Amino acid sequence: MSALLPMPFFSLVLLLVWLLINNSLAFGQILLGAVLAVGLPLLLRPMHVPGPRVRSLHGVSIYLLRLLRDIVVANFDVAKLVLSSRSKLRPGFIMYPLDLTDDLPITLLASTISLTPGTVSADLTDDKRYLLIHVLDMHDEASLIEELKQRYERPLQEIFAC
Amino acid sequence: MNLNELPLWLEILLSALLLLGGLFVLIGAIGLVRLPDFFTRLHAPTKASTLGLGAILLGSMVLVSVSHDGVSLHELLITLFLFITAPVSAHMMCRAALHQRLKIAPGTRNGEYQGLTLARQQERDSSRLP
Amino acid sequence: MLSTVLLIVLGMVMVALLLNLWRLFRGPSTPDRILALDTLYLNAIALIVLFGLWKDAALYFEAALLIALLGFVSTVALCKYLLRGDIIE
Repeated sequence: MSALLPMPFFSLVLLLVWLLINNSLAFGQILLGAVLAVGLPLLLRPMHVPGPRVRSLHGVSIYLLRLLRDIVVANFDVAKLVLSSRSKLRPGFIMYPLDLTDDLPITLLASTISLTPGTVSADLTDDKRYLLIHVLDMHDEASLIEELKQRYERPLQEIFAC
Repeated sequence: MNLNELPLWLEILLSALLLLGGLFVLIGAIGLVRLPDFFTRLHAPTKASTLGLGAILLGSMVLVSVSHDGVSLHELLITLFLFITAPVSAHMMCRAALHQRLKIAPGTRNGEYQGLTLARQQERDSSRLP
Repeated sequence: MLSTVLLIVLGMVMVALLLNLWRLFRGPSTPDRILALDTLYLNAIALIVLFGLWKDAALYFEAALLIALLGFVSTVALCKYLLRGDIIE
């Protein structure tokens, strides 16, 4: 953005984290946090890797709310699976074809898949075109891939516009 | 602590949050013991325990905020940190397990994918040699 | 009521810790033990936070934060070691 704040979002996060660590809103802490929030990005600028820009903040908030809801709801399903008998489990691997191309959206998608219970992202192929996913209870491979695509990958594509 | 001066609804809400958290932590540990192979075991602790811990930290945040003056938000920092790092460590452990060719439970579908990534890893490892 | 609930939840977390220990000793593979350690530190954070509530001391927060940071780093380092036979390349 400007010469003083090369990474505005990063600076904001730094300030917030500083205030959270100290758990206070005293003027001195805000001042110290602001010094860090301006100084660290300036020092770290040579290491900055340009990534895709976030296009819609609205999309981000909808995505986060949906993620939170899915984590809570789906955790109850996993709890049921864990407590039910072993023979009911149908674990399996799937190869998930990625439409995303950039590193950051792929990382976010993989983290989302790992956080929503029932699926863990296990590996990414070297050409970054497939994600290996382990599923705890698999009913139908194709419908699961379709669900992941509609629910998480499309919104991510819209957020990053790629 | 002035625990007994809280209004009843708040006390019930906090108890529910803490109990839910404890329950999920326990379920995560039970899953760790009960499930048949490493890959299924990975599901229980990384997610159930993380959510349980999130609930406990949320409860702690509310409790400290109401029983002392002022808002206490720093538990939020741990919660966020855990939710960001949990998938990363799960992914790392999964890759280590694939690399070690752990046994997968009988009945796992598409188990051949494990070998597929292994072949790829070996290829990469051998190409790294001088 | 709340102090009773705190005691019950503390009990639950302790049982969870014992179950984790069982998996840590039992194995059978190294990733299993890493997973047990990972869960162990998550549950230790829960234990410390609950103990801090029980004792009404804010200092326990710092301990919990430190365990969270070190636990994540050590899990990643152990996995890296299994993957590469080396931690720092």
